[in-house]
Amino acid sequence: MAEENAKPTNALGLTIQEYQGGKSTLCEGCGHNMITSQIIQAAWESGVEPHMVAKISGIGCSSKTTAYFMGKSWGFNSLHGRAVAVATGAALANRKLLNILISGDGDSLSIGTAHFVHMIRRNIPLVYVIADNGVYGLTKGQFSATSDIGSALKHGAVNEIPPIDPCSLAIELGCGFVARSYAGNAKQLKTILRAAIAYEGLAVIDVLSPCVTFNNHETSTRSYRAVTERALSVHDLDFVMPHEQHPVDIPPGESREITFPDGSTLTLRSTAEDYDPGDRAKVFAAIHESRSSGAILTGLLYHKPGAPNIHELVGTVEEPLVSLGEARTKPARVALEQINAEFLAG
Amino acid sequence: MKSDKGPNFNEFSIGIATRNGSGSQTANQVILRSIFAMGVPVGGKNIFPSNIAGMPTWFYIRASAKGHIARSERTDLLVCLNVETAADDLARLGEGAVAVIDEAMAGLATRKDIRHIVVPFKKLAEEACPDRKLQKLVQNMVYVGVLCRLLGIELDEAKAALGRLLGKKSSVIALNSGAMDLGHRWALENSSPFETFGIRRSSGTAGRILVEGNTAVALGALFAGVTVAAWYPITPSTSVIEDLEHYAKRFRKNPATGKLDIAIVQMEDEISSAGVVVGASWAGARSMTATSGPGIDLMSETIGLGYWTETPGVFVDVQRTGPSTGLPTHTGQGDVELCAKVSHGDTRHICLYPATMRECFDFTYAAFDLAERYQTPVFVLTDLDLGMQTWMSEPFAYPEGRLDRGKVLDETGLAKVAEWGRYRDPDGDGIPWRTLPGTAGGKGAYYTRGSARNDAALYSEKAEDYRGQIERIARKIEGSKEHLPGPALIRAPGAAKTGRGVIAYGSSDPAVVEALDILRGEDRLFDYLRVRAYPFSKAVEDFMAAHDEVYVVEQNRDGQLANLLADDFPSLAPRLRKVTYPETLPLPPEAVVEGIALAAGIRAGAAR
Repeated sequence: MAEENAKPTNALGLTIQEYQGGKSTLCEGCGHNMITSQIIQAAWESGVEPHMVAKISGIGCSSKTTAYFMGKSWGFNSLHGRAVAVATGAALANRKLLNILISGDGDSLSIGTAHFVHMIRRNIPLVYVIADNGVYGLTKGQFSATSDIGSALKHGAVNEIPPIDPCSLAIELGCGFVARSYAGNAKQLKTILRAAIAYEGLAVIDVLSPCVTFNNHETSTRSYRAVTERALSVHDLDFVMPHEQHPVDIPPGESREITFPDGSTLTLRSTAEDYDPGDRAKVFAAIHESRSSGAILTGLLYHKPGAPNIHELVGTVEEPLVSLGEARTKPARVALEQINAEFLAG
Repeated sequence: MKSDKGPNFNEFSIGIATRNGSGSQTANQVILRSIFAMGVPVGGKNIFPSNIAGMPTWFYIRASAKGHIARSERTDLLVCLNVETAADDLARLGEGAVAVIDEAMAGLATRKDIRHIVVPFKKLAEEACPDRKLQKLVQNMVYVGVLCRLLGIELDEAKAALGRLLGKKSSVIALNSGAMDLGHRWALENSSPFETFGIRRSSGTAGRILVEGNTAVALGALFAGVTVAAWYPITPSTSVIEDLEHYAKRFRKNPATGKLDIAIVQMEDEISSAGVVVGASWAGARSMTATSGPGIDLMSETIGLGYWTETPGVFVDVQRTGPSTGLPTHTGQGDVELCAKVSHGDTRHICLYPATMRECFDFTYAAFDLAERYQTPVFVLTDLDLGMQTWMSEPFAYPEGRLDRGKVLDETGLAKVAEWGRYRDPDGDGIPWRTLPGTAGGKGAYYTRGSARNDAALYSEKAEDYRGQIERIARKIEGSKEHLPGPALIRAPGAAKTGRGVIAYGSSDPAVVEALDILRGEDRLFDYLRVRAYPFSKAVEDFMAAHDEVYVVEQNRDGQLANLLADDFPSLAPRLRKVTYPETLPLPPEAVVEGIALAAGIRAGAAR
């Protein structure tokens, strides 16, 4: 039968081709291309409706990638550091959209730090991906705010300024979904992305993504070799949606389970010591301890749902504001008559 | 008030000199509103510092049966309560003026050519209120009582105005009302009503309202169906969004759920506020921000993004004195060139210049239609004078008709179009069709960007693509100019033709109208064109062509609107004469007369 030869489809009956974007113009071997692949894979597997997705980005190598996935979705490649503001506007206007924001370490943690910080306070529902390579690529190799102390540029300059850890910052400010992954760990990254899509609220994902051209040399702490050695998964993960039949694909052992509002579940099994992503104090302790050994913890580092999102904070209606007709948005004549009367008395 | 002019009822101005934070605002509003309630046209100007308490502040009230409510440089009655400024305040008074002065400053009452009325304010305040902490506040109502008696303002009207201002706070009303009575009684026993000026009940304010421009702007936005407002507090624009929020809670709230049909978000800065406006409009909402000059500076890059990606957005600029911090609590028209050309590269923005409360409402309403029709940022430029002062106005008129949402293709529309490109120009007017995220059907998605593109919204570094796009956008904006509020023409009455014309805009209007009246009294005739929008329409060009000399009156140093006129109509530029007022207080008619006379090389001022 012809159907047996057909390409696999997702719950919406779409093939993965429906989630592809334009051809990448980044360097061959760029970590960012691996992130792009996993976004495509995650969106397809989770049956995301392409027309309901807004891809928003700032400026930098990372921010170009929104053109390379989900070509049937809307995209806005905006300003350096300001993508959060544009995404906040889109989210306020239409709360049914799935907003995927792709940023970089320069975009999020230098020029856009103020917006990054306040986005977390406001809990803007976004899948926020930082393609984090610890270097400015598009301007050809300057240190960024996530460059490690002691890491050297190609021409030898050594960074002596302490880095910002976006995950610690996000946890501190109350973000309910904070993850770190590695572009080279496809399964973990895809699983975290799927969980982030299912999560209701702001999900911050810092993805270590080596820059093959400007930060992949021997003396870099962020080369493929260095990150492969340093990355340490705190747990194995698997994500299953209600309609998916396959068994949980993680090694046997004691595990935790997180259930998302759409009925999906994320199963987590600690790789070494028990890691509880809901225990803020222990999460902080684990991250801090890992720094002395040089390890970089990856996984769903922190999960604490339930904080009010921006829509609840500003008290807007359940429907998307863009769907409200004129009868709802333009007050009636009697309203203006009433207002005029109040000013009439002086 | 010169005695040789005879009694001048309903035609004078009052100055009240106090310190900010002393609670005089309510008292000043009571005087203003009771004069209005007695049917006499009135205007109020609060001249206040950027400070919370202790610095000098003045409140000017102009009562004018003729409807001349600009701030006049002449003060007929001064209430002198601030020891720091008293010597200067008294020195500035013209011959024949009256000064109501606090007993503590009686030593300053030395001028022979003005009348001094020395009032024991402290003693009266103590009598009115045993609580020492409240005596300073209560003292303000004492001068209201004194002025009611001296000027013939009915005490009942003053008390009614007090009640309207203070609402349900009955104990506070009783205290203040008692203080007013004491002041009134003191004046009754120790002075007599003025014979040369005062208030006589009239019907000049029937059907009018009293309102502030920021409130009018907020209401214009509310009725235009704004659904997303993002802002950062900045004087003098802050009350635009605060008022929007106030009215949204009354008129845009679902009574059953208590939820709002609008999102109002205070952002971390103006940069992000502008970003929210762009993002929300891109997603299909009607969005706005309100700010002042420093905020426009910060929004500059984002406004360029909105212009280039062809995303609507309404930007209200309540102008204040610049550059830099300037004087946050003082007015100016210094952002005219900035807003017309905000952002790097070639840009040109639609700007609206309201001059009245009705126009603040109507133009803000129109700005949302224009922003969506032309898919571009639209500016509403008011200033502190319009925005924060109290103005008399016709009541707001309900905006008829449907909102113009511009060229938007939905799923059905897309299905009918053979080939759609976000930045194509199928209609030849430079305006492309847009789609909104979330549109089903699989056809409408596009990827917009701040970088260069072709008409299908694909990245392009081709010279011809860039040129085609940047020139189409210019055509689009150029095509808007006959669809913006046209200029308002007032021909000099009694003259078939005058070779001289005046151009002004915004809050300069009342001073210019009065100045032209004064000049007419000396047989100097000027036609007057009030410009209401940029880019300029043909009618503006025609006015310049029809007059040999065109005096452009502005509240800035460089003659910014004149510069834009010279830019747009270079062959007519030699006719332009700049009349600028680079000061910080609302434009007075005297300065307009003087400025025009100087620029025209005529002698004027006999009427002053």
